[in-house]
Amino acid sequence: MKTKRSISDTTILLTITIVVFFAMYIGAMLFQGKGFLKLQTFFNILNANAALILMACGLTLVMIIGSIDISVGGVAALVSMCCAVYLDRNVLNPEQNLTPGSVFVSMLIALGIGLAYGLIQGYLIAYLDIQPFIVSLAGMFFARGMTTIVHTNPFNVENKAFNELKEPIRIAFLGTVNKKGNLVPAKIEVGVFVALLAVLVLFFVLRYTKLGRAFYAVGGNRTSALMLGINVKRTKFFAHLMCGILAGLGGYVYFLHVGSGAASHASGAEMNAIASSIIGGTMLTGGVGNIIGTLFGVLSLATIQSIVSSAGFDQAWWTGITVAGMLCLFLVVQSVVIARKKKSLKKQA
Amino acid sequence: MNNNSKSGSGVLSRLLRSQIVIPLAALLLLIIFNLIFDPSFFVITPKTNSAGNPVLSGYLITILDYGSELAILAIGMTLVTAASGGQDISVGATIAICGSALLRVLCGANSRPDQLQAPIIVGFLVACIVGMICGAFNGVLVAYFKIQPMVATLILFTAGRSIAAWINNNELPIVPDPKYAYFGGFIPGIPVPAPVFIAAICIIVIFLVLKFTTLGLYTQAVGINPSSSRLNGLNPELVKFISFVILGLCVAVAALIKTSRLSTINYSVIAKDIEMDAILAVALGGNPLGGGKFNMWASIIGAYVIQFLTTTLYKFKVSSDALSAYKAVVVIVLVVFSAPTVREWIGSKFKKLTGKKGVA
Amino acid sequence: MGNEVLKMRGIDKVFPGVRALQNVDFTLCKGEIHALMGENGAGKSTLIKVLTGVYPKDGGDIFLGENLEPVTIKSPQDAQNQGISTVYQEITLCPNLSVAENMFIGRQKGSIQNWKKMNEAAGAILNELTIPAKPTQQLASCSIAVQQMVAIARAVDMDCKVLILDEPTSSLDEQEVEKLFKLMRDLKAKGVGIIFVTHFLDQVYEVCDKITVLRDGQLVGEYEIKDLPRVQLVSKMLGKELDDMSDIKSENATYEKKEGETPVFTAKNLSSTEAVHPFDFHINKGEVNGFTGLLGSGRSECVRAIFGADRNLSGEKTKDGKQVKISKPIDAMKKGIAYLPEDRKVDGIVGDLSVRDNIVLAYQVLKGALHPFSKAEAYKFADEYIKLLDIKTASADTPIKSLSGGNQQKVILARWLLTHPDYLILDEPTRGIDVGTKVDIQKLVLKLASEGMAVTFISSETDEMLRTCSRLIVMRDRHVVGELTGDDLNQNKIMSTIAGGEKNE
Repeated sequence: MKTKRSISDTTILLTITIVVFFAMYIGAMLFQGKGFLKLQTFFNILNANAALILMACGLTLVMIIGSIDISVGGVAALVSMCCAVYLDRNVLNPEQNLTPGSVFVSMLIALGIGLAYGLIQGYLIAYLDIQPFIVSLAGMFFARGMTTIVHTNPFNVENKAFNELKEPIRIAFLGTVNKKGNLVPAKIEVGVFVALLAVLVLFFVLRYTKLGRAFYAVGGNRTSALMLGINVKRTKFFAHLMCGILAGLGGYVYFLHVGSGAASHASGAEMNAIASSIIGGTMLTGGVGNIIGTLFGVLSLATIQSIVSSAGFDQAWWTGITVAGMLCLFLVVQSVVIARKKKSLKKQA
Repeated sequence: MNNNSKSGSGVLSRLLRSQIVIPLAALLLLIIFNLIFDPSFFVITPKTNSAGNPVLSGYLITILDYGSELAILAIGMTLVTAASGGQDISVGATIAICGSALLRVLCGANSRPDQLQAPIIVGFLVACIVGMICGAFNGVLVAYFKIQPMVATLILFTAGRSIAAWINNNELPIVPDPKYAYFGGFIPGIPVPAPVFIAAICIIVIFLVLKFTTLGLYTQAVGINPSSSRLNGLNPELVKFISFVILGLCVAVAALIKTSRLSTINYSVIAKDIEMDAILAVALGGNPLGGGKFNMWASIIGAYVIQFLTTTLYKFKVSSDALSAYKAVVVIVLVVFSAPTVREWIGSKFKKLTGKKGVA
Repeated sequence: MGNEVLKMRGIDKVFPGVRALQNVDFTLCKGEIHALMGENGAGKSTLIKVLTGVYPKDGGDIFLGENLEPVTIKSPQDAQNQGISTVYQEITLCPNLSVAENMFIGRQKGSIQNWKKMNEAAGAILNELTIPAKPTQQLASCSIAVQQMVAIARAVDMDCKVLILDEPTSSLDEQEVEKLFKLMRDLKAKGVGIIFVTHFLDQVYEVCDKITVLRDGQLVGEYEIKDLPRVQLVSKMLGKELDDMSDIKSENATYEKKEGETPVFTAKNLSSTEAVHPFDFHINKGEVNGFTGLLGSGRSECVRAIFGADRNLSGEKTKDGKQVKISKPIDAMKKGIAYLPEDRKVDGIVGDLSVRDNIVLAYQVLKGALHPFSKAEAYKFADEYIKLLDIKTASADTPIKSLSGGNQQKVILARWLLTHPDYLILDEPTRGIDVGTKVDIQKLVLKLASEGMAVTFISSETDEMLRTCSRLIVMRDRHVVGELTGDDLNQNKIMSTIAGGEKNE
């Protein structure tokens, strides 16, 4: 009947995000010039934020079901440290001169940690009905504490196979010709492909599988979802499980990017991931969100950070303040959007 | 009605049913643990400190001393939890902001002044105002924009330490006046650490407030049923807002003690992870984290129990960075056992064991 | 036998403080429409939620079909799989999903979502039932009636043996109800057993074959529809012969208006954000008046507007002849107006607080934040009203949520009486409470009025209003459509005023 109203909440917020991102990026090109005009700048943003994309995807899932997980940064640090210690065993026992660990096993370690986190947190939240924030807060502190217990001092990993994997892939056809007329191929890290693949897969899961739709149903109205015959507990469990695995994967991609282990790694990543999801149009109240939006959320956040730093505000604290400011803005926008929608619905009734 | 007639035998059973029994039991457990493994934990010895003052020293004094900030924060956190049904996770970061503002006032633009640029009381008042502004910011987001408390406070949680650094241009001012160190150390001639007195004053103040205003009733009513409270003439938004502002004030006091302990500030380290401890104190006090009823005494005792645990862990040579892992385990155990599902399950097992039927 | 699709035997359900169901039996046969009747709080919804696995039962057995083994229904999903589909009173759909998804989610096989197929199937059903919605539309953008029809469409599309309709008609208009009845008859012909819960007696006598009556969580009996005339049905639901109750009013002096008296309260051209059309209102000292009308006609919204519970959009109010500004509840309270809300659980009680705190709350707020009552004072007030209203509670310190519904209601009443109002608004004070308490409350209302208090009384039960009120304001579709006094105060007149002159209403 009223075709105008049939645009869903998800679509509205997604559109806002994409528009904001392009406006920002084009603005940066126009007013800051130089850097932003190069394609490689964009790839660098991707390279640096592939891990964040993965973590933000995980958060989007749990936020769609109306839950939250703030342990992802801690998990990433724990993964980095465990993998680093495994790959470069000589750090722990320098005199023994052990053979370096295999990259494949290190990946298994990363996924194992993520899986364990997903299973435990998912069980506590879904089946024991404990507040997700408390569970994942404890999870975050546990991960950070464990990281220092595994190894205290930061160090760079010396491992041949790993360092080869770490090297960015050079892609010729995306490259640019420099002043001397030589072709400079685009440099893209492996993690970026992993992240983009995850985005695609999750987009499919959320849109075209029963599980994905159940996420939305549970987030939209838990009681109704139960009455409609959805296994709410299992759905919540799966969302947290997937978030845990994505955090493990994100941790590995992060590790691949920095190539070192340190207790302070990925500090504040959970905050950035939540902020990205929110900017990407995921509602904290649940039921509304889109993985493509999250991708653009991460890109928007990264772009504004690089704008801030290239504009000369390169002191460290500005990043924190910018992110918080942007988050604050979007939270308020969401809150206002909901309030207005509720009002218009009431009038209609 | 029959309060007085029952008092004899009823006291014990009433105490057992009271939520205060939870932190007390935890405290007892820790005391027994220490008694078994190292009774020297409880020794208090009179000493003379570097300034030549007679002071008391010992682990118990350390607990009372370092538990002060936590107890003060627990007061505000209890109110916020009760009124809003969520927790403020920005307290550590706002302590950094308040502390930074405090030092900025005391030291002026120069971070290494020869003398105080303003009286300490002025600095403290500024810190209070800053703390209340931070609380008000959180309060507005939670009460009026209806954002979940933990997420709303996530904003200051991230930005707080950056703002703190920005206030002093990322320099680390050092307060030149030794008097400033009194607040976090010892007042000459008194062998008990000053923070203990500050905490005591705060506790007395909050109990007077709870006794002589209806704050307790209002916060509980709003936390349990905001809609009903509104129809009874309350303004739920305002009550929530006020609880955050009170927490802001508590944060300012804690910031005074924290910065006074060192006479300087380290933005990224000061009061790190203290939000976790404050929330834990409220939970350990048996207060539902979903809001509603609260028991202030239980929270305050909870705070000291946490400090007891921390000090015990330190004593057993757990490094400060790894500490959070152990506490996380305690939190999880605590919340798992307080989860209704688990309690029901334990209850049913217990009933089966004892073979008793009937409703509790 | 053999044609029973559902048997429930000896069902028990206990909620903290309330025995919601006690030893209830229920039998449903193939191809019958079975009405489940009872007053609010009689246990109809609880019985249904036990059957659909929303609440676990505390005793008794459920048999499906001809099985001799009792089944356990663990969850609504489980119920669906066993062939029980349900339309609930409150709409249980997900507002953020599309119409088609709401119709199919949770009941398809496989794990891949085929949007095209689903939208086509949904479109076909919507067309067949002429529901004005598109499959791809977000549910939240549909009107409540359409949402309810979508829920019904979902339920009937399932290949079910038992269909439960729990008050599905309250938000539907007449045509939609007709559509629903046609559907029900079709399904009946196919052999589906239908449980129909409703408050509308006409609807029961139009479509149902059998009636099971519940009262206060207990089974009253099962009757063939032709053996049970309406009057008897009503008296079975109420648990009293009608004559018993009709004489309450005569015991008390009825209200007589004195000439030239200033009304206690007047409102002119009042409207609020809850879409009530502007209305005028007045009440005099010692008068009891009431708002009547069907559910959702705007009765509660009117009194909420008076009390300032919803934001007023227009209107002027006077109290004792003086112009007053009432925009928040506290303003009204300061002017001596008290309001007992419709939804006791959501708007009334503060569950975890003690009876004492619940009683003193409003008076405390009125007195101000800086003047708390001492414990002794609070106990004095609480004990006084516990005695006065005969509230059954272990002590004044008992949390109110562990009291029974009727006693909770008395506590809320005590809360407002303690503020010594001169104008008291009671919105459904007798909903979901036992008959004894109901009569107590009615008597109390008349007593208060005889002492000079002005009272506005709202109830879904018309005879209750007839017994207490001397003037009725009739509402339809959020409009005030009439005012009845004196001899006009009878069932027929009220009904005809509610129905109005126009057809199709």
